[in-house]
Amino acid sequence: MSEAQLHFQYEDLEHQSDTALDGMWLFLAQEVLFFGALFFAWMLNRHFHPLGYHRAAQQTDLLIGSINTVLLITSSAVYAAGVGFIRLDDRRRLVQCCVITALLGLAFLGFKGLEWHEDLAKHMNPGRYFGLSGADAGGAQLFWVFYWVATVLHGVHMAVGIGLVAWLLHRVCKGAYSAAWHTPVEVVGLYWSFVDVVWLVLYPLIYLVGRAG
Amino acid sequence: MNPSPSGGRLQYGIDAASRHAVEADWLFLALLLVSLAVLALVFGLMLRYVVHYRADSGVERGKIAERTFGYEISWTIAMLVVFFGLFVWGADLYARIWQPPESALKIYVVAKQWMWKAEHEGGQREINALHVPVNRPVELVMTSEDVIHSMGIPAFRFKRDVLPGRYESIAFLANEIGAYHLFCDQFCGTDHSRMIGVVTVMSGPDFQSWLAENGTSGGLAGEGRALFTRFGCGGCHNVGPGTGGGTVRAPSLVGLYGSPVPLADGRVVIADDRYIRDCILDPGAQIVASYEPLMPNFSSQLSEEDVVKLIAYIKSLASGL
Amino acid sequence: MSHALGFATSGIKAAGIRNAEPDNYLTHETSLASWLLTTDHKRIAILYAISITFFFFMGGAAAALMRINLLTPDGAIVAPETYNRLFTWHGVVMVWFFLVPSIPVTLGNFIVPLMLGARDLAFPKINLMSWYLFMIGGTLTTAALFWGGLDTGWTFYTPLSSTYAKGHVVLAAFGIIMAGFSSIATGLNFIISIHRLRAPGMTFYRMPIFLWSIYSASVIYVLATPVLAMLLILLSFETFFRVGIFDPALGGDPLLFQHLFWFYSHPAVYIMILPGMGVVSEIIPAFSRKQLFGYKFVAWCSVSIAVIGFFVWTHHMFVAGVSVFSAIVFSLTSFAVAVPSAIKVFNWIGTMHKGYIHFDAPMIYALGFIALFTIGGLTGLWLATLAADVHLHDTYFVIAHFHFIMVGGMVSAYFAGLHYWWPKITGRMYPEMWGRLAALIIFFGFMLTFAPQFMLGYYGMPRRYATYPPEFQVLNVLSSAGAGVLAVGYLLPLGYLVWSLFRGARAPDNPWGATGLEWQTRSPPPVENFATTPVVTKGPYAYPTPAAVAARTT
Repeated sequence: MSEAQLHFQYEDLEHQSDTALDGMWLFLAQEVLFFGALFFAWMLNRHFHPLGYHRAAQQTDLLIGSINTVLLITSSAVYAAGVGFIRLDDRRRLVQCCVITALLGLAFLGFKGLEWHEDLAKHMNPGRYFGLSGADAGGAQLFWVFYWVATVLHGVHMAVGIGLVAWLLHRVCKGAYSAAWHTPVEVVGLYWSFVDVVWLVLYPLIYLVGRAG
Repeated sequence: MNPSPSGGRLQYGIDAASRHAVEADWLFLALLLVSLAVLALVFGLMLRYVVHYRADSGVERGKIAERTFGYEISWTIAMLVVFFGLFVWGADLYARIWQPPESALKIYVVAKQWMWKAEHEGGQREINALHVPVNRPVELVMTSEDVIHSMGIPAFRFKRDVLPGRYESIAFLANEIGAYHLFCDQFCGTDHSRMIGVVTVMSGPDFQSWLAENGTSGGLAGEGRALFTRFGCGGCHNVGPGTGGGTVRAPSLVGLYGSPVPLADGRVVIADDRYIRDCILDPGAQIVASYEPLMPNFSSQLSEEDVVKLIAYIKSLASGL
Repeated sequence: MSHALGFATSGIKAAGIRNAEPDNYLTHETSLASWLLTTDHKRIAILYAISITFFFFMGGAAAALMRINLLTPDGAIVAPETYNRLFTWHGVVMVWFFLVPSIPVTLGNFIVPLMLGARDLAFPKINLMSWYLFMIGGTLTTAALFWGGLDTGWTFYTPLSSTYAKGHVVLAAFGIIMAGFSSIATGLNFIISIHRLRAPGMTFYRMPIFLWSIYSASVIYVLATPVLAMLLILLSFETFFRVGIFDPALGGDPLLFQHLFWFYSHPAVYIMILPGMGVVSEIIPAFSRKQLFGYKFVAWCSVSIAVIGFFVWTHHMFVAGVSVFSAIVFSLTSFAVAVPSAIKVFNWIGTMHKGYIHFDAPMIYALGFIALFTIGGLTGLWLATLAADVHLHDTYFVIAHFHFIMVGGMVSAYFAGLHYWWPKITGRMYPEMWGRLAALIIFFGFMLTFAPQFMLGYYGMPRRYATYPPEFQVLNVLSSAGAGVLAVGYLLPLGYLVWSLFRGARAPDNPWGATGLEWQTRSPPPVENFATTPVVTKGPYAYPTPAAVAARTT
């Protein structure tokens, strides 16, 4: 079936499409506040514990972080290309783009898992068994609290995103999308780009700030 | 349970026992009058309309106002004017509470689950009680050992949250002799409602004799000196002959209290109670200019009450040993 | 009983079918699965209504026990540990599982699509998901409350909640996060629906105020709730791993917790009251048979309450240790937020002026709302006044203030709307005499319960006290007596509304002769709401002017 199903509360496909996109934009606005509250608390604590944060930041793995950034940015570009392709009715290329995006996403999570393994081996888990000690250990611990909360939440969002891309793949292969109707592809694209943007804020906060000097 | 100062009768008002309370009560009166006026207007109109304009009243309705802009603007402006007046009055009175005069009598208060501990500079200690002289400014310097509490004295119309990890201070001038409730106003756990005390305002002579009966020799400063010696602070800090001058170079404490201190990050702060407390319990947070961050952290060895005594001792060095 | 006045209301062309026992959304399918897997907004509204009624009575039971305990100075029936758990339970359940969802998820879900002239909300499956999230959240939090309970207060201040609390803080927090996600989904659905699903001809200025209010409340749902969710995640992390984000003993800042908490929780109270004001804005014109006075002002006041409401949160912290400068700024903004609410009150009264007032139960509830909300709002000014707040903060004055608004206001508005739209939702009329009686009992019971608390607060009785000095006893006894009356008042509707489902008179399509698209379809509505999409050509509240009435009757 290559025609989208028009839900009964909409006048036409364009109406339905615009509404779905509006919904995703509004959802992302809400996510900005969700991660925004975290970033606010993070930055506020940096102000109060500059030395601790500096010390803690030395323990992050810049290499893996940078690889992950490249993977994620590439995946967004690939996905955007996929959206471009389906607008030209090229389902085959869309499938390829989705597969690559999902694989890049999985690679991201794989490297993340490796990084977390490394962090735990260094005892960067906040709490009683934290690996750093001394006067700035409290501040360092706070950095790592935010690190874990942020990267776990981001990872969860990534996993959801990969799931959505997989679902899209399934639907494309059944012929659900065409140049005339491919709104779910665009909606998932918005979500994926957002997850990318969150990472673009996390990357400097985790890996770059405090590294110089 | 502490005895109720009012003897258990139902009160039809409460005492206004501080200078601030007297001023605050005028503000309350104004708030009450404004509220009653608005209520009279709203209730009055509603009552009139439900009677006069009920469906079967047969009254001539005539034309209804099509343009409402004039009404809207009028009542909006009226409200803004009244609100602004109340706001300014309240803000002014508020700002003045947090400005204790220099000559205020200082009392240190340490709150913990579930009691109030107060210490006067002469070493007088009280639990769930506060004796203060009438007509003299008093400053309470307060901290908590555990959770957030709040010191509230309704008769003085004030309260202030008491936070762990920092000092909060508030000042009042009691102007009526008597005994008044002191409540904990921030939920602090199981016995929050039993964390009640009595504030006793006494005449000058009575207060002096109370101090004399309850003081310790040397007072808080004397106890502070004992702690200073016991923890070996004199090994690094100079407080007089025979102290300081060791291998570790540390700032002298003579005359320190109340004077400006240049910090390593360029700021200049005044060495008040908060500063000295932070130096003892979190020395890494503020390094004095040209000194190394070598002072050990005493937070696991000294309680808040110990810190209060040390501060009293250091303060005594300002006026000469 | 019938109020069919037969006015041509808002010039709407639609197929209005008279009651003839045709198929409607209730009778269409009746299996359990058709209810639990429904995506029909009307059924979801009913599911929610049953859930929040359950939570209301659970929170109310806690309140009853509290008020009984406060009959004597030493605590009449429970020890302080239990009392502390009771007021925490009362606050948590009433705030997150009754008030925050209340009107939007019940009346909003049912009426918004009908008022828009639409066939459902924009995202019906997300609507169903939001109910399940709510139920999961409710289950988790209720479990935490029953497994020994929580003794932190609904405000979870640190370090009490992170380090010293006994009980399942993390479990309760999780339940609240789930409920939060549920409300984000609901708010998102309403905003998008109001933007995209309005009937042809319905411009924004032709929307009833209920829609403006739901829209404004939804903006708050969507933008404030995520901050709460993140805060509770951080609190859980701190509690579980013993790290110092908010606990000063571990290097954290307790004021950071309070700022983040109130950044959500203050706008949350506007989530609670805005829909109530929206309901009152529907009822006053309907029962005065007159157009709403100052429609555009009322509409934009709803929006400005939502906007300004985001900038007042620090007024909960005037004595907490914030700077004098912040306190002054937030006092000013708190006064500012009172202005649009007051404008609404004056506009409602202006609507009644020269109207034709009828005293059906919805109107009595709505009049009660205006009276009690005005008192509550005025006392808010006392609390916004800095020097006055220093005395009144954390006393019974604050409790009285917010109960006047939340209970005297919001709950009355909820009952007003419930009675107003009951015929539409159920196809039955409730018994009018019982409705009016309950409204009056609730009004007087409420005044007796909470008016003495203003005095208690001024005299200094702190809140969250299980025991108190003996001189406060008389006022406490009065308040508890009032609570008994109020309880009767709340149980009555439970009784007669349920009775009306089986024995109430069949309701016509438009028993009140009110304007609004929802009255142009059957009572109860068919599954697809409207047989054909209505077209709107006039503004809302197009009741005839007195001149027109006079012309008709001569």
